[in-house]
Amino acid sequence: MSQNLPALLVVVPMLLAPLAALLNRSGPAWAVATAGIWFSFVTAIQLLQRVMAEGAITYAMGGWAAPIGIELRIDLASAFVVVIVSSIGAIGVLYARTSVAAEISEDRHALFYAALLLNVCGLLGISVTGDMFNVFVFLEISSLSAYSMIALGQDRRALTSAFQYLIMGSVGATFIVIGIGLLWVMTGSLAMMDLAERIPMVWESGQGDRTIAVAFTFLTVGVTLKLALFPLHLWLPNAYTYSPSAVTGYMAATSTKVSVYLLMRFFFTVFGKEFSFEQMQLDMVLMPLALVAILAMSLVAIYQTNVKRLLAFSSVAQVGYMVLGISFGSVLGIAAGIIHLFNHAVMKGALFMAMGCVMYRIGSVRIEDMKGLGKAMPWTMGAFVGGGLSMIGVPLTVGFVSKWYLVQAALAEGRWFVAAIVMVGSLMALIYVWKVVEVAYFQRREDEAEIREAPLGLLIPTYALVAASFWFGIDAGTTSSVAISAAETLLGVMP
Amino acid sequence: MLGSMPPFVLFFVGAIVVAFTKGTVRKGVVLAVPLMGLVNLFMTAGADVGAPSAIGASVGQVYLTFDLFGYELQPYRADKLSLLFGYLFHIAAFLGFIYALHLGDGTPDGSVASEVGEDDVSGDSKATVQHVSAMLYAGSALGAVFAGDFITLFVFWELLAITSVFLVWARDSDRAYATGFRYLIIHVVSGVLLLSGALMLAHQTGSIEFGHVAGELHGDEAGGLAGAGLPALLLLIAFGIKAGFPLAHNWITEAYPESTPTGTVFLSAFTTKVAVYALARSFGGLDELIWIGTAMTFFPIFFAVLENDLRRVLGYSMINQIGFMVAGIGIGTAMAVNGAVAHAFADVIFKGLLFMSMGAVMTMTGRTKGTDLGGLYKTMPLTATLCIVGASAISAFPLFSAFVTKSMIMVAAIDEHHYIVWLFMLFASAGVLEHAGIKIPFFAFFAHDSGIRTKEPPKNMLVAMTIGGVLCVLLGVFPNTFYALLPFEMDYHPYDTRHVLTQLQLLCFGALGFIMLMKTGVYPDEKRAVHIDAEILYRKLGPWVMQAVGGAVGRLDAYVRATVMRLVQTVLGGLDRTHGSMGPLARSWASGSMVLWVALSLAVYLLFYLF
Repeated sequence: MSQNLPALLVVVPMLLAPLAALLNRSGPAWAVATAGIWFSFVTAIQLLQRVMAEGAITYAMGGWAAPIGIELRIDLASAFVVVIVSSIGAIGVLYARTSVAAEISEDRHALFYAALLLNVCGLLGISVTGDMFNVFVFLEISSLSAYSMIALGQDRRALTSAFQYLIMGSVGATFIVIGIGLLWVMTGSLAMMDLAERIPMVWESGQGDRTIAVAFTFLTVGVTLKLALFPLHLWLPNAYTYSPSAVTGYMAATSTKVSVYLLMRFFFTVFGKEFSFEQMQLDMVLMPLALVAILAMSLVAIYQTNVKRLLAFSSVAQVGYMVLGISFGSVLGIAAGIIHLFNHAVMKGALFMAMGCVMYRIGSVRIEDMKGLGKAMPWTMGAFVGGGLSMIGVPLTVGFVSKWYLVQAALAEGRWFVAAIVMVGSLMALIYVWKVVEVAYFQRREDEAEIREAPLGLLIPTYALVAASFWFGIDAGTTSSVAISAAETLLGVMP
Repeated sequence: MLGSMPPFVLFFVGAIVVAFTKGTVRKGVVLAVPLMGLVNLFMTAGADVGAPSAIGASVGQVYLTFDLFGYELQPYRADKLSLLFGYLFHIAAFLGFIYALHLGDGTPDGSVASEVGEDDVSGDSKATVQHVSAMLYAGSALGAVFAGDFITLFVFWELLAITSVFLVWARDSDRAYATGFRYLIIHVVSGVLLLSGALMLAHQTGSIEFGHVAGELHGDEAGGLAGAGLPALLLLIAFGIKAGFPLAHNWITEAYPESTPTGTVFLSAFTTKVAVYALARSFGGLDELIWIGTAMTFFPIFFAVLENDLRRVLGYSMINQIGFMVAGIGIGTAMAVNGAVAHAFADVIFKGLLFMSMGAVMTMTGRTKGTDLGGLYKTMPLTATLCIVGASAISAFPLFSAFVTKSMIMVAAIDEHHYIVWLFMLFASAGVLEHAGIKIPFFAFFAHDSGIRTKEPPKNMLVAMTIGGVLCVLLGVFPNTFYALLPFEMDYHPYDTRHVLTQLQLLCFGALGFIMLMKTGVYPDEKRAVHIDAEILYRKLGPWVMQAVGGAVGRLDAYVRATVMRLVQTVLGGLDRTHGSMGPLARSWASGSMVLWVALSLAVYLLFYLF
């Protein structure tokens, strides 16, 4: 059993998804989804512990060893991402029970939970697989389930947003599959570790180096589209704004994170850092885009009037921080990116979930409708402030840890300017978080309708994430040591 | 056992208790916390580092450390410098809480307040907010003073801002809210600069110790500002914003008059003094500070003499006093730095006393404008007397506190041959007499009778003011006991013939000038100071110089402001067009355009990778 855990991690949610759909009733479907995702969560923790103790795990599917068969390969980076996805999923599914009941019509609940299970399965699959084509397959599983979940949103614009996301997501996936196909043509292999050895040989032979470069291009565009790096982020704001609250919280914390992981996996493991950064000079592309993302998207967030949309633009800016860390190409930089991966998942999850609570009670997340909520829903707005402190990067929150490592990484490279932009980004976060706080706490409600605090079913999962954002902000040692080891594994430098 | 408990802990715990108690119990708690803290500090850190020692950049006793990102955090470090401020803040908190004790009792506002339609001047309805935030605020100040590293300092630096803004908001008026927001933003920016500087410094030196950064202090030569580079500059600006450096001083004169009578007393005690402490620790002996400080002693005088709101006058006067301290820190000799911190000590008490007396007037009458007040000595004789004690102290009359502290800075300036600085300071001292020493008590309690008939403020206010007044005198009469607490060893005797005579001459002629100007009816419109050493110069050029200088300062100030505002408007307009909700960066795009971007990206990447 225990040696099969890597496979079970993915297979269990996958098999439970049709079961949830077949049960076709809200309660049982939710129970199945919860069981599946929590199983993955527990498995993920065990895997992380095992990887930390023993090093990378490889698992040959069906006993066929790579490169002929498909192998799952879990190193520290993938184990960490698996824990992020499954933990957010585990908290998200608890949150979904109440939130979905309020926002989605009863007959679609079972389908929603089936889609959620498939999404978790897809994201976990991307993270653990060691096979390029398998990445594409799991990417499609996660994307298709995501489109359907977004389309379940109450707002009619949810449909068009999901459709746009479908177009863009498919374009991205197609680009990725084109890139994979070109690599396969040139090397005859799909296994990542195998490709890592063969690509340099093809490149150095001088025959087909252009094809490799084109494959690299397609993969770059495909992945940066999936992870919503400026200016390919255009699908994201609407998708996050109009999807059901439970979906927004969960997706904002997981799907772009897995894409960031994919970026690192492609360019550090498959192509190798030297090829990506020195031959192709990927950092020359990523860093400016990341910086523009941080500044421009934070600024756009400041001007938003819908808090979910505000947080969505803030997410694009935060993706900029992660990519910025990666673009340094140093252990410290990549570690900063990975730390922010986790930290942003926690804090943005908490913020979106707090907005889900607001949505549940007042049916709107527009800033002007939130007057006086500080008094009416103290716990909900308290959670928002807690998550907001982290977005700003106040000490003792995870946001501070991220910023600290990013600034340190920038300074280690002697890039004062970049460090300054990170700080400016924090100030802009202060402004957009404050916009909400000011209205909620300093303006009085006009209508007399009484608003009650959100139900515990929503508050408890929200506070789990808020608590995590403080816990890992104070006890930063755990996440940062894992992230630094993961960065070292990705770069192939042994400590 | 208590020795390892940082002083701020007691206050933070106290704040929680205060939040959940009422009435007599709360009164007991707010008074007990500063006293217990003082005893705790005296028994532990006081006993350890009490002996005289030259500190320079050397570190005192560290009681508590823990690890963050491989750096050692020191939330509780004490040496003689921090200890002095530690005692001071406990005393200030104690006085402040006595003064604020009546809040929540429903003590009625002055009858005038209701007549003019201003409701709740005293902020009585916000009693809990004020008590809790004042407690947290005092705790944050203590945390900052005993911080052994820049990260801890940063945390308390921001806490100072966040906790104190509620004292401004407690006034509960729209103006107070707007002022509070501006206050908060300015201080948060200061914190961000502090953190940026600290991070860069950590990167350069590998240490986050809150120590000497630039300047030559007493055998510890850290080099000039230029040598220390950008991190030092950022730290200096961060400290400078909180200390009210010129052009960064407006938050003082804006926020202090907007707060409640009790709130201002707390505000005046902590924030700027923490900044003075930080400057003394990190930038002792930095030459640039001498001139910054001198400018600070000098320019507020013009505004203070013109200003009508008496609490705002005190705000300007505070900048002027901090100027003396900053200049003293800049001079950097043992006596100068001693003088600076001693003056900070004295200033908290006499400025607190003045703010308390104006607060008492405001509580009882609802007014603080010089033109609205007058003749109050008939009904508030005790308050008037105590106000005069504070005014004498700030004017540095012999036997009052500022005489024994400010003269150290002035003497140090002479010893180091900063004659021009000394002249400016002498002029500024005369200015202090005009705007704080005479103007405040004169316009509030004497001058023309405004016809207001009120009564003495609540007893607790009188008690707090009396203790403050007694302290002002004690410091002035027994300076040697006080000098023993100062961080550096020195040999200084304030009461010799030269000091006393110089000061008395200055004061007499200053007072004479005021009387002359009043009698000739020139005073409120004209600004004039008569000064013994510079008297010929000033008499000849007369009011014209004053007018010209004041006008020029005002015009320069207005011009800088207008230009910056225009620039900001232009930039904001541009940003709104591109990033605003309808701007191209924010609006929803059609699917076709999105795909076009993808194609464009592909093309650009291809070009980039292939060629």
